Amino acid sequence: MYSELVMEHFRNPRNMGVIEDADGVGEVGNPQCGDMMRITIKVKDGILEDIKFQTLGCGAAVATSSMVTEMAKGKKLDEALQITNKAVADALGGLPPQKMHCSNLAADGLRAAIEDYRRRQQEGAHPDRSPDVRET
Amino acid sequence: MERVIYLDHASTTPTDPEVLEAMLPWFSQKFGNPSTVYSLGLTSSEAVQQARETVARLIGAEPEEIYFTSGGTESDNWAIFGTAEAQQSKGRHLITSAIEHHAVLECMKFLEKRGFEVTWLPVNSRGLVDPEEVRRALRPDTILVSIMHANNEVGSIEPIEEIGRITREAGVLFHVDAVQTVGKLPLDVDQLGVDMLSMSAHKFYGPKGVGALYARKRVKLSSYLHGGGQERGKRAGTHNVPGIVGLAKALEIACGRMAEDAIREAELRDRLWKGISERIQAVHLNGDFQHRLPSNLSIRVDGVEGESMILMLDMEGICVSSGSACTTGSLDPSHVLLAMGIPAEQAHGSLRMTLGRSTTQEDIDKFIEVFPPIVARLREMSPIWCANCICRKGS
Repeated sequence: MYSELVMEHFRNPRNMGVIEDADGVGEVGNPQCGDMMRITIKVKDGILEDIKFQTLGCGAAVATSSMVTEMAKGKKLDEALQITNKAVADALGGLPPQKMHCSNLAADGLRAAIEDYRRRQQEGAHPDRSPDVRET
Repeated sequence: MERVIYLDHASTTPTDPEVLEAMLPWFSQKFGNPSTVYSLGLTSSEAVQQARETVARLIGAEPEEIYFTSGGTESDNWAIFGTAEAQQSKGRHLITSAIEHHAVLECMKFLEKRGFEVTWLPVNSRGLVDPEEVRRALRPDTILVSIMHANNEVGSIEPIEEIGRITREAGVLFHVDAVQTVGKLPLDVDQLGVDMLSMSAHKFYGPKGVGALYARKRVKLSSYLHGGGQERGKRAGTHNVPGIVGLAKALEIACGRMAEDAIREAELRDRLWKGISERIQAVHLNGDFQHRLPSNLSIRVDGVEGESMILMLDMEGICVSSGSACTTGSLDPSHVLLAMGIPAEQAHGSLRMTLGRSTTQEDIDKFIEVFPPIVARLREMSPIWCANCICRKGS
């Protein structure tokens, strides 16, 4: 069902785990759908210095998570935002058709983490102008 | 390659070597078409007739009540569509359960689109239909009740005998999908009170691509395949002689060793559940322990998704299956687990182990050894598992 590269990433996922003092956190999917991922990033000088993922899901969900971290690590934020779900699937040599929707969320997760980082930056720079208080 | 540990016998079984041997002459040697009149054909026709008598005897039926088909799916389709076609002047209402196999489920949905009305009976948390619900659902225009003998995912054994009494009293036809139980549980069509019953050879160590439909004489079943008039004009197409011979042989063997197999498999199954539940926290049993197929263990593991467990077990040479969405190509998890009231996020973490004749204690012990680290690794990877831990500690 899966390509050898997908299975390789599933067997040996890259950058699995959590960055405790992350600069940005992205969460996509939900457990009701069976697929959920959390991406944590560390940013230095506009570059993704470190990135880690946690994923609940099938083989494709794990492999795309692993692949997106590999593609994004060391990139400028704007470059990282260019990565699409399709590009991740392509980099893995393709996914079975039924996996293209539910399990192919990794780039969305990365984007959510970068947006979270930028939001925090804005709030940090202008704390008095930030109306919503973040609990996390 | 290391020996594969096969724990997916509800999916299919290997053909018994003795069955294969019985089938072999009917391919190239005695290949005659049973519908011809010369002796080569007559030999085949006698073999088919003998197989029919064997199957009939083993389920308490008459030979002319057995129709050979291509498998469980065809038998289910025929029973349902055949009844709908033949009885539609009497009524257009059918009753089934929410946990049927797709071969029944999809037929019912198709009939709904064609203007038939279907009552979908619920099941309790252990996967069991309440016979009283069947009674309450019956209407003057009900033409068929179709309930499975045992569920393929959670192994729950339904109260067929009680339902049979109710349908008989009401004079409504009763079809039973017995694909998971033929050759595994003692089965007599009169005692169960069923009018039609589906079976599939490859579930009881026979070949794939052959099955049978039992239909009681009084059942007016319409012809399913039109053509050369085989199966008393009801199901045309040249007989699959090797398959039919194989089905009968496999059923004979299965019925001969039924009790022995059941006791051994139940013991190993219980050992497996004990091993898993002692070593892993937050695992749950799906279904009922009492009314359960001896070979079935269905569990769910919190914080982990089913397909990823299957892939990791496969790396250890272990074959199991799951009720998760990802293995079926749909977005929703198993309709069976959802009908039992299991939340979707837990249903995605389901795993089914079904034991069989080849299963040894070593297989079970190997599973118990390799499974906990797999769950630990996937939970380490899981964004929801830690949240669960905190929740549990906090509560």
